[in-house]
Amino acid sequence: MKINSVRIPNINKRKIIESLGKNKRLNNRGLLDYRDMNIELGISKNAEGSARVKIGKTEIIAGVKLSTQEPYPDHEDEGTMSVFMEFSPLCGERYESGPPKIDSIEIARIVDRGIRESGFIDWKALCIKKNEKVWSIMVDIYCINDDGNILDASSMAAIAALQSAYFPRYDEKEEKVKFGEFTKNKLPLTKNIPFQMTFYEIKENLLLDADREEEDISNGRFTITLSQPKNEKIINALQKGGKSAFSSQEINLMIENSEKIYDTYFLKIDNQIKKLIKTKN
Amino acid sequence: MNKEERKIVVPGEIIVSGEKYLPGDFTIKNKEDIIANRYGLVDFGERIVKIIPISGIFEPRRGNVVIGTVRDISFNGYNVEIGGPYSAFLPIMECPRFVNKENLLDFAKIGDSLAFRIVNIKKPSIDLGLKSRNLGKLNDGRIIKINSHKVPRVIGKEGSMINLIKEKTNTEITVGQNGFIWIKGELENEEKARDAIKLIEKESIFNGLTQKVEEFLKIKEK
Amino acid sequence: MVYTKRTDGRKMDQLRPIKAEVGIIPNADGSALFAYGDTVAIAGVYGPKHLHPQHLQNPEKCTIRCNYNMLPFSVTERARPGPNRRSKEIALITENALSTVVDLDRFPGTVIDVEIVILQANASTRCAGINAAAMALAHAGIVMKELVSSVSIGKIDDKIVTDITKEEEDHDLGGGATDIPFTICSNSKKIVHLQLDGKIPTKRFNEAIDAAISACEKINQYQIRALKGEKIDENK
Repeated sequence: MKINSVRIPNINKRKIIESLGKNKRLNNRGLLDYRDMNIELGISKNAEGSARVKIGKTEIIAGVKLSTQEPYPDHEDEGTMSVFMEFSPLCGERYESGPPKIDSIEIARIVDRGIRESGFIDWKALCIKKNEKVWSIMVDIYCINDDGNILDASSMAAIAALQSAYFPRYDEKEEKVKFGEFTKNKLPLTKNIPFQMTFYEIKENLLLDADREEEDISNGRFTITLSQPKNEKIINALQKGGKSAFSSQEINLMIENSEKIYDTYFLKIDNQIKKLIKTKN
Repeated sequence: MNKEERKIVVPGEIIVSGEKYLPGDFTIKNKEDIIANRYGLVDFGERIVKIIPISGIFEPRRGNVVIGTVRDISFNGYNVEIGGPYSAFLPIMECPRFVNKENLLDFAKIGDSLAFRIVNIKKPSIDLGLKSRNLGKLNDGRIIKINSHKVPRVIGKEGSMINLIKEKTNTEITVGQNGFIWIKGELENEEKARDAIKLIEKESIFNGLTQKVEEFLKIKEK
Repeated sequence: MVYTKRTDGRKMDQLRPIKAEVGIIPNADGSALFAYGDTVAIAGVYGPKHLHPQHLQNPEKCTIRCNYNMLPFSVTERARPGPNRRSKEIALITENALSTVVDLDRFPGTVIDVEIVILQANASTRCAGINAAAMALAHAGIVMKELVSSVSIGKIDDKIVTDITKEEEDHDLGGGATDIPFTICSNSKKIVHLQLDGKIPTKRFNEAIDAAISACEKINQYQIRALKGEKIDENK
């Protein structure tokens, strides 16, 4: 996949930076505010789980497919997960057809780490027969419209898809998955739900949920994935991206801010997803 | 026919039948039928039936004022991005007198935006010029983009719509026929003007546009 | 046993519930969704625009470049992401079908990118894709003589049926089902795409053509309504 570069007019760059100097963003958003969010579940019926997340005009679709495989050595009684991400060329003018480029590979791996390390998925509960057969979770994430912050929207969509997924029927006698036949059993998920937040750096200002123009102007970004298994917030993944250089104070500030953002947004989003799952049943 | 009552037609649709009608822009005549060849609004003249496009890329015409951003600097001028599959070029000879091969960068850098006039078209190449009063470098402010086919509605009859927006938001605005629009004013006012223009882009084909815009600007005044 | 009733209870010439809408992808120059029942396709159009690398440009005409992609989770068993022989063939037949109605002389040396994504699959994916692509092209203001509409006609047992589902495709009595996807121009009724997979006596082929023309007329009406701003969803 080729990603063509885009030129942002210098005066627009200056305007955005000028606003940030006054602690404002264009569109009156605060530096740590998300755009309007919308989540839908079950948007692709053949998937074991699927979700569509819109943040502002950015739209991401994620789907979960399950199958079985032999476990990895050293993890003989644990299920597996792979996360795959692609920018569909229909999501923006700059994307052209081709194999996934490093941008989408990095996104998939960041999303994967946050989910994996949070303890969100009970890997042992995915074991069918130790040493022989385990459930394998495949998460595929696609960008349908790019208006910035694909990273966080991807994570949200993947997690929502996992939360709404049901096992396909497993025939014990034949030892095969009966694809297309769904059970009422959900994936073995814990309450350690990860929440991924990415700060975009523009001239030393740190913004949450950058739109396309802000992201194009930014030098780099810093992603923090948190979960809260008990009373403490735990960092499950970090990734500095792009060409910014952060001081240790800035890193600490972002971690501090991420805790506040988690408190403001995470519960709201999680409740919305749980409500959607309930109404689907 | 009242401007507000135009209907949308789609490719292949028979707009009207009758010997007296003549096929205008984006239509053809097959026997007695005038058939649409493009998605857009029908415009009935006395005999000529044509389609007014509401989507699609910018179609340049000589004399158009367009806004563009310098993409690259070559030895004798500037390559400019004006949208669409065009290569737009501003040669030195169209620049102010002091510009020459040695000081191109002093006049405009990559990423700088200017208001140009289209001097010549040899598709896909377009020659740009700056020789007119209201053209030249755009300093400060910001540039937004709308679909070029909505520009007439943004300008309004004899500039009525754009003047309304300029007045109520106290901003300077230059509208490029290519859909690139420059706005300059106080931060909040620039945003108000931008939102008003985006509203026009969205609602352009519906009735009561002027009223909607007036109400929007009034609400924002509070 | 003879096929007297369709598995989902439809009449022999009945389409599945249709969903059709335009403008679903804000960034695209034109975009649309088209669905037959559980088969859902979206299409996004960008262009005319520069074609890179330049040597692929045709200096005399505009090129339509299609890409057809089924999301891995759109089917029952996960499909590996990326192009395969089937998707490349479908992209080609789609390009050929659309190229016949688009005015390719207006912007020589440019490309119109048509991207088709299948969100959910239950047979007739290529037809749903073509229907969405035709709407998206029109929505993008591309100059076209007419629209094209696409449908899968099937022969199951001795019956000619309209808009076959996967269940019907897999039907194996009477020698198996035959899948005949058509794409037909809205005005001239010319056939711009036609394939056949299975068996059908020559004498009966005309029935398939008639069924296709009739179905495509109905589909064209949905496409027109969606382009005029309606959000059609017969599933609701």
